[in-house]
Amino acid sequence: MITIEDILETNRMITVNKLDVRTITMGISLRDCAHPNLRDFCRNVYDKITRSAEFLVKTGEEIEAEYGVPIINKRISVTPIAIAAESCKAESYVPVAETLDRAAKEVGVNFIGGFSALVEKGYTAGDRILIESIPQALAATDLVCSSINLASTKAGINMDCVREMGEVIKRTAELTRDKQAIGCAKLVIFANAPEDNPFMAGAFHGVSEPDKVINVGVSGPGVVKHALEDLKGANFTEIAETIKKTAFKITRVGQLVAQEASRRLGVPFGIIDLSLAPTPAVGDSVARILEEMGLEACGAPGTTAALALLNDAVKKGGLMAS
Amino acid sequence: MKLIVTVVGKDRVGIIAAVTKILADNNVNILSINQNILDGFFNMILFAEASESKIRLVDLQQKLREQGEAIGVEIKTQHQDIFDVMHKI
Repeated sequence: MITIEDILETNRMITVNKLDVRTITMGISLRDCAHPNLRDFCRNVYDKITRSAEFLVKTGEEIEAEYGVPIINKRISVTPIAIAAESCKAESYVPVAETLDRAAKEVGVNFIGGFSALVEKGYTAGDRILIESIPQALAATDLVCSSINLASTKAGINMDCVREMGEVIKRTAELTRDKQAIGCAKLVIFANAPEDNPFMAGAFHGVSEPDKVINVGVSGPGVVKHALEDLKGANFTEIAETIKKTAFKITRVGQLVAQEASRRLGVPFGIIDLSLAPTPAVGDSVARILEEMGLEACGAPGTTAALALLNDAVKKGGLMAS
Repeated sequence: MKLIVTVVGKDRVGIIAAVTKILADNNVNILSINQNILDGFFNMILFAEASESKIRLVDLQQKLREQGEAIGVEIKTQHQDIFDVMHKI
């Protein structure tokens, strides 16, 4: 039986400590949309996205209401466009980005990610066209996010691409200069990009993923900080234990939301990403957790050790819950 | 489907009646009620069973919320699963 204390604790986590499900992200494969004609390709992409994600936002809103836990974002990730669009006879993929933007607006999601290329070992023709299209694509669209993976532990770093991306960032900033260079906020340059990341701007739908998948991202730095507030003077073991228990609870909420979304949408459930991602909201800060752990100020000696302890305990607690 | 209704606000006559009338009208059975007054503030946690009810949860939530606004209390209605997953293994 659930106790009154349990109910009050859960609702305090949500209302006071800002526990939320940061995103439900639907991954959609665009590999079956390939077409030599760019216009046909774009039509295929638009149709597949709007058909697959038609009920994503509505379902997210229903789950949010029924469980009383905020779901901040509903998003879509797609197959890296450098792969999906490669067979098109085209010199720029900007029209593809505009199509993604239109499809995202039609289904009402907050962002769509996957204007991406994976080039850690070298370029194909499609990769080059995509990278050249990034500044214009990010300036011409509102919801499209772009990412480039240019290094991996296994393959090393594509240094040519590092140089090129420096220029791409500058051009992207310049083209969106009248909007506080917002284009750059929609661009991620990765080493070791995960293929099932639900978080933007770096989300894309990896080639090893199924046709469609639901990934969920949960957060809650405020909840962890609150749990540590009662632990003044505690040793490392007690701190780690408390963080683990809290991460467990947060992850279980994410798991519930993910399974419900997956069941209602008829799309397989992929992963939960538990990241203590901070937001500008007061109390939603990772630095404050580190200070709560006993650091005099974030950045002082011991910060890295505290962060390592926090990360380790969060991942262990999350693992237990999923 | 089990529901948990939490009501918080300034105390006045008829809060429980207002909440339970809506539940009764919609065939929602009350399993247990915990209620107290702290410094003039009304606190209630109500456990209910809605499996015989025809109303959609989101519609019931809205009715309760609107009733709460009318009598000056905050009424939150949640599916019990969120508490179960967090506190039970």
